[in-house]
Amino acid sequence: MQARRLTKCFGEFTAVDAVDFDIHVGEAFGFLGANGAGKTSTMRMIACLSPISGGTLQVLGLDPMRDGPQIRSRIGLVPQDDPLDLELTVRDNLYLYGRYFGLPKKQLRERVDELLEFARLTERADERVDPLSGGMRRRLTIARALVSSPSLVILDEPTTGLDPQARHLLWDRLYRLKREGVTLVITTHYMDEAEQLCDRLVVMDAGRIAAAGSPRELIEQWSTREVVELRFEAEGHQVHGDRLADLAERVEVLPDRLLLYTDEGDATLDAVRSRGASPIAALVRRSTLEDVFLHLTGRSLVD
Amino acid sequence: MSPALRAYQYNLLAYKRTWRGSLTTTFLYPVLYLAAIGVGLGHLIDHGSNKAVGGVPYLWFLAPGLLAGTAMQIGANESTFPVMAGIKWLKTYFAMLATPLEVTDVLYGHLLWILTRVTLASGVFLAVMTAFHTVPSAWAVAAFPAAVLTGAAFSAPVMAFSATRETDRSFVVLYRFGIVPLFLFSGTFFPVTQLPGWLQVVARCTPLYQGVSLCRGLVLGRPGGWDALGHAGYLLVMFAGGVLAARVSYRRRLVQ
Repeated sequence: MQARRLTKCFGEFTAVDAVDFDIHVGEAFGFLGANGAGKTSTMRMIACLSPISGGTLQVLGLDPMRDGPQIRSRIGLVPQDDPLDLELTVRDNLYLYGRYFGLPKKQLRERVDELLEFARLTERADERVDPLSGGMRRRLTIARALVSSPSLVILDEPTTGLDPQARHLLWDRLYRLKREGVTLVITTHYMDEAEQLCDRLVVMDAGRIAAAGSPRELIEQWSTREVVELRFEAEGHQVHGDRLADLAERVEVLPDRLLLYTDEGDATLDAVRSRGASPIAALVRRSTLEDVFLHLTGRSLVD
Repeated sequence: MSPALRAYQYNLLAYKRTWRGSLTTTFLYPVLYLAAIGVGLGHLIDHGSNKAVGGVPYLWFLAPGLLAGTAMQIGANESTFPVMAGIKWLKTYFAMLATPLEVTDVLYGHLLWILTRVTLASGVFLAVMTAFHTVPSAWAVAAFPAAVLTGAAFSAPVMAFSATRETDRSFVVLYRFGIVPLFLFSGTFFPVTQLPGWLQVVARCTPLYQGVSLCRGLVLGRPGGWDALGHAGYLLVMFAGGVLAARVSYRRRLVQ
């Protein structure tokens, strides 16, 4: 998949602003961004649900504007809001979706049984969707997107609103798909999810791509190896921040703590102590994607 | 199977689960109306003069009017809330659009389903009419497609309208100021000649009047040549215009 200067406008508002990216067969590619960063709009263009406003886009080597139905027959889409039919049974939801793809009935029935197993929903197969938990519904939506055995699966915030058990089960299922050679495109605002699942990702901010690379590359490029978090008595953070600024590559002062970005966390912490600063709490940790993300997109609330 | 039929299949399967709920509107209402107004009120009317209703028993006059009125109601009803469900409540349209189905497939599949519902309801209504002995002529067979055409003429434009709405409040307005007045004043319950002059003209121009006149003429064995063709033509044009409008409003709403 290839996008060049891909743009999406809604009236005056530019949701996606001339972005470039390539996604290779078999990889898991992530779009990371805050709400309103343009992730979902990008996703909808890839899924041929939304016409592009500018630039070029190729999906599976085809043109979404011209070959929409053909592309959609080879991709599985997992939208954010689980558009399942609540009054129908789990099985019927899968079956009908398969029929939309024009799959023959007999073959489809076998596929539905496989998918029920895959989504761990076999026991609920003949119950209505309405009483199912959020995790079950999400698994059903994912299973449904797989009904046509797609080579590309697009997941829009797949684990938002799920409890940890449900998330881990979902991640496990997504790994399995990846092992089978399915290309995954995932949007998320969970950094741990992006680190876990994505081979490569882009960080989106206000419709643009702020950074691109593997999770490791991004951390190396945009953050230090480690972060020292210090907590002082109230009000002292700015003062301490100024005093300790030369001990780290970058210092960030937050209302409740001080972040020192450094490659050698323990050494930095020793240096802090040797200057006589006595934080009430200190923690040395590895840099995460979250540090990169906040550095790139800022800490202020978007909406 | 054509893509639109795949979308149609959804409604068929969903209906298998919910058909009991629609029994009231398709079966019970015609029986109640025919019994209460046709038989009860008709008895009083027939004691007076039935010249105004064409010299036939009032029940005979009323039944085909109700047939057309019911077809309109089912056609309009099925094109409001279920369309909103497809767009907002169940989002079935969006589920379909994530597959190879296109906007026109979604539209035609749903429209075809609405026409199926109108056909079922009209068929049941004609059966009930026959049971009430209100079908004096073999022409009545042709009233079946006429009733379906009446429902169709309403369904497509109402679908087009529904797809532009954000909430279901507009549907109440549509009913209050559209469907209900039409049902009452388009010659369904009494001949439009009973209305004051200028209102007669208005009534004769309404779409339901075309359906009522068409169905009544056929059921009573007085199809009425050019007039009937005019009524049918009116309804056909309304249906076709509705389909064109719905294509536009569905695309606007579903592709952004």
